[in-house]
Amino acid sequence: MAVTQLAVRAAESPPTASRRAPPSPTRGRGVFWRAVVARLGVTTWVVPILLLLVWEALSASGIVPQRKLPSPHSVAVAFWQLTRSGELPRDVFVSTLRAATGFAIGGGLGFAFGLAAGVSRLAENLFDGTLQMLRMVPHLALIPLIIVWFGIGESAKVFLVAVGVFFPIYYNTYHGIRTIDAGLLEMARIQGLKGFDLFWQVIFPGALPSIMVGARYGLGIMWLTLIVAETIAGNSGIGFMTMNAREFMQTNVVLLGILLYAALGKLIDMAARRIEKGALAWHPSFAQA
Amino acid sequence: MASLVRTGVTFFDRSMETAPLRPVSSAGLPVRLQKVAKFYGSRNVLRDIDLTIEPGQFVVIIGRSGSGKSTLLRLLAGLETADAGDVNLGEDASPGRLRVMFQDGRLLPWRRVIDNVALGLPKAERGRAEAALQAVGLADRAHEWPRVLSGGQKQRVALARALAANPRLILLDEPLGALDALTRLDMQGLIEDLWRQSGFTAVLVTHDVAEAALLADRILLIEDGGIALDLRVDLPRPRRAGPAVAEIEAQILDRLLGGGRRAA
Repeated sequence: MAVTQLAVRAAESPPTASRRAPPSPTRGRGVFWRAVVARLGVTTWVVPILLLLVWEALSASGIVPQRKLPSPHSVAVAFWQLTRSGELPRDVFVSTLRAATGFAIGGGLGFAFGLAAGVSRLAENLFDGTLQMLRMVPHLALIPLIIVWFGIGESAKVFLVAVGVFFPIYYNTYHGIRTIDAGLLEMARIQGLKGFDLFWQVIFPGALPSIMVGARYGLGIMWLTLIVAETIAGNSGIGFMTMNAREFMQTNVVLLGILLYAALGKLIDMAARRIEKGALAWHPSFAQA
Repeated sequence: MASLVRTGVTFFDRSMETAPLRPVSSAGLPVRLQKVAKFYGSRNVLRDIDLTIEPGQFVVIIGRSGSGKSTLLRLLAGLETADAGDVNLGEDASPGRLRVMFQDGRLLPWRRVIDNVALGLPKAERGRAEAALQAVGLADRAHEWPRVLSGGQKQRVALARALAANPRLILLDEPLGALDALTRLDMQGLIEDLWRQSGFTAVLVTHDVAEAALLADRILLIEDGGIALDLRVDLPRPRRAGPAVAEIEAQILDRLLGGGRRAA
């Protein structure tokens, strides 16, 4: 063990040495700073921070009117005030709950139908043609109809999100199962697997990469749908908050709402990636060093 | 070759704590085909095959591509059904009676090596998977993903998986076709060793004449869907390339090339 550690240290030492003993002063310093930048991941932040600074300067000097595009500073103030008053946390909570409920219902049904169509020819013949046709309808076109059916309450928004999420998850589950290597299925049957064991050990893991693609795509659609639904009708949620702020010309709150969607979307995508990385550790694309 | 089998034994001997590879009662499965025929559309791939294989025999099926040799193996595996005639594998109908080793390995990429070997085994018999992996010399790779293994190692895992349930018949469908020459020699030795230890009936499909002469008790040459040559090989084992083996090879090649010339 000690030998291995020594070996590792020996392998690590050359870069350190070269950093400390630069061949020429200027060149050596460049290497050092490049190492620091790489270590801290500074590069990623350079452009956004620069943009914010320019934006703030333009607002402060009055070149960009505050009413059209408020400064980053006033967005931060709005964030702080709305958080303290409790409005913001409540709206974020309401929106997240809607998104999650719609995703669970639409995704669950999409998965179930995709599974049935993937595994059984009968199920495929029964409903795949119909679903492929419905898939082509932009689900947001249903809004007038949904308002007639459900009014503008919770169920309308959840329903719309569920419809939007259903199709990508349905299609990718179905497709994932159908494209499993037939040779693996043949081998598994020879090994005596059937029924639930065959599904759980071969079919489901084989289809999982495709299912995850569908799920991540569905997450994007989930946000999009929710924003539209909340903006058109509602009395709570982030979309409502921004529309309400527009009435009072509080552009900074509108901007805050948009940034919130971006932040929440990014968070959820990061979570999805994390799950993907864990569940698909065997997959060459997700191989960990 | 014995040394090859033992490469899997590392710091401690796992075979002490796991089930033995072969219960004493294990014996090869008898195989009996009567008037078997198979069609793909209007093409008659196999015609009137009559074949009896004694339990424990090592049979090598050889032939040109498209001769129907793989179809014959798939019929034995139950992956195809005969359009006429009867395929009889004796009384034993247990799920573990036969296993197949495929040319392309067919390991599940989402299961670790050991879990691939244990595929289809009841939980209580997992020890057998460890013993089988030990027998092919890969005990130390048990917890790797299949994708990090070399082609030869993957085929060893596939062999271990075929062995783990202690089957009475193992069907090998060109299992070494994609390997380099040296690895192929290693694997031939390994397969022969394990076959001699376990006593299963072995049916190996190949297009490699040297492989047939090295491994077979009996060589069946398939041509145009029928058995064109049924040759018994009574040479002592383990065999090495030499005049006796070369003579067998020449005999098969003559028949193969002669048949080809006639067909052309």
